[in-house]
Amino acid sequence: MTPKEKMAIPPQAMPEQDAAVRARNMNEVALGYTAEMAKTEASRCLQCPTKPCMQGCPVAINIPGFLAKAAEGDFASALDVIKETSLLPAVCGRVCPQEKQCQKFCTMGKLLKDVDKAVAIGRVERFCADLARETGAEKPVACAPKTGKKVAIIGSGPASITCAADCAKAGHDVTVFEAFHRCGGVLVYGIPEFRLPKAIVRHEIEAIKQLGVKIENNFVIGRTRKLRDLIDKDGFDAVFVGTGAGLPKFMGIEGENLNGVFSANEYLTRANLMKAYLEGSADTPFWHGKRVAVLGGGNVAMDASRMALRLGAEKVYLVYRRSEAEMPARKEEVHHAKEEGVEFHMLENAKRVISDGKGAVAGLECLKYELGEPDASGRRSPVAVEGSEFVLDVDTVVVAVGNASNPLIPTTTEGLEINKRGNIVVDPETNMTSIPGVFAGGDIVLGAATVILAMGEGRKAAAGISAYLSK
Amino acid sequence: MNRIISKSRLSDNVYKMQLEAPLVAQERKAGQFVILMVDDELGERIPLTIADADAEKGTITVIFQTVGATTTKLSRLEPGDSIAALLGPLGRPTSIRGENGEKPGHVVCVGGGIGVAPMHPIAQALKAAGNKVTIIMGARNEGLFVMKDEMAAIAGENLILMTDDGSSGRKGLVTEPLKELCEAGAVDEVIAIGPPIMMKFCALATKPYGVKTTVSLNTIMIDGTGMCGGCRVSVGGKTKFVCVDGPEFDGHEVDWDQMLSRMGAFKPQEQAAKEHVCKAGIFK
Ligand SMILES: Cc1cc2nc3c(=O)[nH]c(=O)nc-3n(C[C@H](O)[C@H](O)[C@H](O)COP(=O)(O)OP(=O)(O)OC[C@H]3O[C@@H](n4cnc5c(N)ncnc54)[C@H](O)[C@@H]3O)c2cc1C
Ligand code: SF4
Ligand code: FES
Repeated sequence: MTPKEKMAIPPQAMPEQDAAVRARNMNEVALGYTAEMAKTEASRCLQCPTKPCMQGCPVAINIPGFLAKAAEGDFASALDVIKETSLLPAVCGRVCPQEKQCQKFCTMGKLLKDVDKAVAIGRVERFCADLARETGAEKPVACAPKTGKKVAIIGSGPASITCAADCAKAGHDVTVFEAFHRCGGVLVYGIPEFRLPKAIVRHEIEAIKQLGVKIENNFVIGRTRKLRDLIDKDGFDAVFVGTGAGLPKFMGIEGENLNGVFSANEYLTRANLMKAYLEGSADTPFWHGKRVAVLGGGNVAMDASRMALRLGAEKVYLVYRRSEAEMPARKEEVHHAKEEGVEFHMLENAKRVISDGKGAVAGLECLKYELGEPDASGRRSPVAVEGSEFVLDVDTVVVAVGNASNPLIPTTTEGLEINKRGNIVVDPETNMTSIPGVFAGGDIVLGAATVILAMGEGRKAAAGISAYLSK
Repeated sequence: MNRIISKSRLSDNVYKMQLEAPLVAQERKAGQFVILMVDDELGERIPLTIADADAEKGTITVIFQTVGATTTKLSRLEPGDSIAALLGPLGRPTSIRGENGEKPGHVVCVGGGIGVAPMHPIAQALKAAGNKVTIIMGARNEGLFVMKDEMAAIAGENLILMTDDGSSGRKGLVTEPLKELCEAGAVDEVIAIGPPIMMKFCALATKPYGVKTTVSLNTIMIDGTGMCGGCRVSVGGKTKFVCVDGPEFDGHEVDWDQMLSRMGAFKPQEQAAKEHVCKAGIFK
């Protein structure tokens, strides 16, 4: 095919549940390509010799390589190519912000002058991974001979899963310690079922168990056992800290502790991990908000607003103090949220939560904002418009303005260096912390970031651990 | 794991259980708690204070009242059964006078209802650190006292029993002897654990005398590690997370009205869930 012919192939749309129906159920929104669609979409790839897409991928997947295989219909080989550098393609294909990574640089998108018309790399990636999982065609992974070294992994989010898998493949004896009763970190408690089915996360956890990784749930390092005890008393030769961000930020405004105000973490954890949406069978209750305001503009805010609809809200307002162009959320989620009926209130911000006099939310006073001069980060900073107060009639407020670093491990581990934001400081080459033999990666190092970055860090740390242990 | 070693019924709806939890038993200090789940598929996560522990045997003791779905289900388990999930020890340990740099003195411990259970290890530690310990125990009636003998063993003659109906000890509220003791001027510190309303009034009672009063809050919790903020309360005008910053706080600084209101946030749903469990129980 000539480039011209390729340009003429229509981008394959993702089949989706109807917006009105899906806004009231928990099932996955994006239904996935058929084999035919995946093949067609992959065949749009121009096989650019300079591979611009790869620069945008944080783990440098050989994108044209796997697309070439997929275009031939050889999805198993395509998956092999992906797995050379990525461990969780079924997850990343669903949750990566592709329009800011690989697809942003894609030549096809440039030629058609629309990033939405770039090759849908993530969707093809997802198809390859789903096909192998659903047909039981995943290839067994070989582990190197046992090294006799013990590695402890703290947390079980994407950074930890990746580090555990790589360490097990390198022949180390690996144990994961997870505070929650389920593994997966944000993938199970934060990102909702309708965006990332939990069966996929379970499958990935099973896969690391198959590699011989042991898992201790309900085990909080810093409390049940101190990090240093793992080394000094329990015989671990190296430790990886992948404890995530996990400390919800609040706005610090009046009325924020009223009943009906939740951090997005609490709101989503109740619904996802604790299954509160199964009312009548689950013991954990959820708040029956009819009119919900969600504060923030990231993926977490999108997930919380769409969850609110699914929990029966009649009105959901998304309040964000910048404009839509600045929203950090994945473009597809923004689009989905709008389709499902979330009302976007851009350039507005909460000033105070109004009480009903009985300890619960009766409304949210907001201020209008305008964009001022660009700040140090280059983003135009929002400035409040004086006297522009108005009240949103809501009974529920979900605060999704970000997560800081959970201090539990740093405060219980002497000598572990953190920066002023509370993130653990690591050597950028090896991900080793200020304590020899202790490594860290993912959100606890980067600040709240992304799944793919966490995965990349887990991988780098595993290499660092193996190098350290072979000394 | 997490096997139930023994179970006994202390009163109508109060149970005591000894659980196998070797690591928790080793690490725990007075004032800390665990979070447990009876069913890790659809169950909820609830905090329970550790009333006692035996590091050698690897067991901890919890005392609970059947107030909701989970405690009701828990009360139906028998020795040999396992608890689906148990996490701990959580929270900051109690700062024990005499161990924390302050000179030992006279400490009054006020325990209301089953608040006496979490008070037990604290009173023990206070005594061991050389303090004079007075214990005030309150209950609606005589049959509702828990761990009376254990507390008497610590306080000796300085044990004051209060009941609402006068069926045992003095008739009246725990705040009455508390005020009298403060009035007499020989109290260095007060620790109050019990229903929030009791802790609120204990704090109000000691405030005029400027006696340091520590309370232990038992808010709604989910993770217990500082991740969700569901357990937050205002203390001294600042938002604190009870699971990691607490559970103990200066009673004079706690915003009690907010705390009481947050405790009731899910009342209707919790009641419905409990009724569901109770009804299901009839057919068991
Ligand atoms: C609602 C939501 C939506 C998101 N959507 C996207 C998206 O669409 N795309 C994307 O790329 N990223 C998204 N993110 C961000 C992404 O999920 C995170 O960047 C990523 O999960 C970080 O991985 P991690 O392994 O560092 O930590 P986490 O996933 O946070 O996992 C940390 C784990 O460590 C455990 N832990 C913490 N402390 C201890 C301790 N002391 N002892 C034992 N265990 C402990 C925690 O319980 C948790 O399970 C989203 C985040 C949220 C909250
Ligand atoms: S940039 Fe786009 S067209 Fe070029 S190789 Fe990558 S995916 Fe294919
Ligand atoms: S219980 Fe979640 S932060 Fe305290």
